[in-house]
Amino acid sequence: MPAMNMIQALNSALDIKLGSDPDTLVFGEDVGYFGGVFRVTEGLQKKHGLSRCFDSPISEGGIVATAIGMGAYGLRPIVEIQFADYILPAYDQLVSEAARLRYRSNGEFWCPITVRSPYGGGIFGGQTHSQSPEAIFAHVTGLKTVIPSNPYDAKGLLLAAIEEYDPVIFLEPKRLYNGPFDGHHDKPLTTWAEHKLGEVPAGHYTVPLGSASVMREGREATVLAYGTMVHVCNAAIAESGIDAELIDLRSIVPLDIDAIVKSVKKTGRCVIVHEASRFGGFGGELSALIQERCFYHLRAPIERVAGWDTPYPHAFEWDYFPGPVRVAKALKRCVEAVA
Amino acid sequence: MDTVARRDKSNRPALSFYVPEPPARPGQPVDFSHIEVPEAGAVRCPDISEPERDMRDLPYGLIRVLDEKGRAVGPWDPRLDPDTLRAGLTAMLKTRLFDERMFRAHRQGKTSFYMKSLGEEAIGAAQALALDLGDMNFPTYRMLSWLMARNYPLIDLCNQIYSNERDPLRGRQLPILYSARDYGFYSLSGNVGSRFGHAVGWAMASAFKSDDKIAIGHVGDGTTAEGDFHEALTFAAVYKAPVILCVENNQWAISSFSGIAGAGETTFAAKAIAYGIPGLRVDGNDFLAVYAATLWAADRARTNHGPTLIEFFTYRAAGHSTSDDPTRYRPEDEASKWPLGDPLERLKAHLIAIGEWSEEQHEALIAELTADIKSAVKQAEAIGTLGQSKPNPREMFEDVFAHPDWRIREQRREAGV
Ligand SMILES: Cc1ncc(C[n+]2csc(CCOP(=O)(O)OP(=O)(O)O)c2C)c(N)n1
Repeated sequence: MPAMNMIQALNSALDIKLGSDPDTLVFGEDVGYFGGVFRVTEGLQKKHGLSRCFDSPISEGGIVATAIGMGAYGLRPIVEIQFADYILPAYDQLVSEAARLRYRSNGEFWCPITVRSPYGGGIFGGQTHSQSPEAIFAHVTGLKTVIPSNPYDAKGLLLAAIEEYDPVIFLEPKRLYNGPFDGHHDKPLTTWAEHKLGEVPAGHYTVPLGSASVMREGREATVLAYGTMVHVCNAAIAESGIDAELIDLRSIVPLDIDAIVKSVKKTGRCVIVHEASRFGGFGGELSALIQERCFYHLRAPIERVAGWDTPYPHAFEWDYFPGPVRVAKALKRCVEAVA
Repeated sequence: MDTVARRDKSNRPALSFYVPEPPARPGQPVDFSHIEVPEAGAVRCPDISEPERDMRDLPYGLIRVLDEKGRAVGPWDPRLDPDTLRAGLTAMLKTRLFDERMFRAHRQGKTSFYMKSLGEEAIGAAQALALDLGDMNFPTYRMLSWLMARNYPLIDLCNQIYSNERDPLRGRQLPILYSARDYGFYSLSGNVGSRFGHAVGWAMASAFKSDDKIAIGHVGDGTTAEGDFHEALTFAAVYKAPVILCVENNQWAISSFSGIAGAGETTFAAKAIAYGIPGLRVDGNDFLAVYAATLWAADRARTNHGPTLIEFFTYRAAGHSTSDDPTRYRPEDEASKWPLGDPLERLKAHLIAIGEWSEEQHEALIAELTADIKSAVKQAEAIGTLGQSKPNPREMFEDVFAHPDWRIREQRREAGV
């Protein structure tokens, strides 16, 4: 199998859909001739034609509204929002329209749209190129939210997302585009070519939404993560020497509740990690679910590690980014806690 | 049912899907044939009290003052004194030299990001000089020349760009997204267009308080597609806000040509017509035209005649940012063929033509500004560049709210700062 980085894997998924499904089309700011600022759509316009992959006006609300209309007609538009921070101008369309079109029209209309967007920090993007908005989508019933952590999943999840009959927000951890990143910003980078999940089949395959993946088995504690934090947690577990189980959620809606419950019941301890701010973050929902379903199996309070409750600060990127040291500390606290 | 059935068998032609494309891509010859450059001085200058309905020709013209010989001609000539002209030239030159220096600093890994104003320096410089100190500018990221014209300290610019310990924005903001209230420069956000309505709100507040200050807001041509643009124009028109709303049409929005924002269908200035406010289309590479149009709109605003929309027709000669390589989406030599020339060279030629400047003075000015910039850069580098120096991490938790709540206090403790 060829090694692909995440950009190539996503590009391959889009290429396959454009090639096989005439009802798909790709648009967004700079995605056409140029291939997107992160190059995810590179070559697609040339190969599939101007009307299948094209530039859009700088109007996130317009992009999503148009996609909804196309989706209602029967197409499967795949749109790119250049940075997830700029989904907010489209938020009303996603929340008030896309999420409820099927429900409020009694199933007369629906919109199978995919909204792709690079998200997360670690590239010195400052406040408006670093945010992780997943929790604000998870809160809105009717939207699905998918977050891959490696090239293999990225391709399979994107193909599954495009084939969904509901609107999907597909968040791509931009820090992982070119290689895994474990949060040690001062260590040399590795590439996906050296990682087993960088091996990506050339053809069509899907990774079903709502299927978490056990990245590492363990007995002492469960660590729940997604996106870049999967790699950070992996490093933290290795450094802590704790025999922890690491679960990559892959999609937060739908959520693989069974995998979570099974693991936490087994280990009796749980650490939840995400890059978004902590207060009101998706970790809060996970924590409540575990408390509801695993309370009598818990041997320690649930721990949450997250970004601070501040905007993402440029110069303090590495103070903000929840790195392996903070995760390992939480793991230790959790394992050493006595009820 | 019948109609439905009949429609299904329609013999109407198939619809076709249209996506606009720019006249030239890399490897193709530059094509500016669609751009009409009217004579300098040809556009009339109406009285500021003329009703909008009588001014609907203006959005389709192009206000130009400087002619090919460097002379100022026509009714829009603001008749500036040589000192103001030299101040403008200095601000533009300083911007260009500083941009070059900081672009190199980025290449050397001293900062994370930079954006140049190359080719658009006339706009900020002329407006900073045309407007009053109490007025507020809601700028874009290509308006460094405003700060230069108002003598914002170079050392503060450098410290912000290096995100070092003396960063005036305390490490929280991306380099070049300045905030300088005392210089009439509103805080820049990364979300394009998001501040256009703030300019209108500020202006409305000034009117509400019976103040005499006005606001000026800017967006790029690409950003006119955002809802913010249309919302701002609606509010400005409805409340006759004392505001000047500007579109810097530099032809490109990253890799997307201005046709993707609708320039193929009409001018950006003409968008004003639907809102019932005057629209001016101005040669943005002509310092005198920018100055005159801004002053005209400012006079309207100050006399309760309401808002004006101005399109500055210009060209982004450099890449969009340090992350961009423009040769991937437009002909390499497009910038050098831009029909409206270089704003700096044009102002310089004018000053020389009226006997108020010389090549020797120009060289001396370059040397002087280069030395100033070098010294500021040196001082800032002594404090530190990105990663070598930063404000105290405690700053990360300050200013989230006026008074920190328990979360901030707890997290600051947890972070050990
Ligand atoms: C809301 C929002 N969407 C997208 C972006 C990404 N982006 C930054 S600059 C830019 C192009 C802006 O073009 P234009 O308005 O023409 O201004 P110019 O850069 O040409 O001066 C884009 C798409 C952003 N910063 N904010």
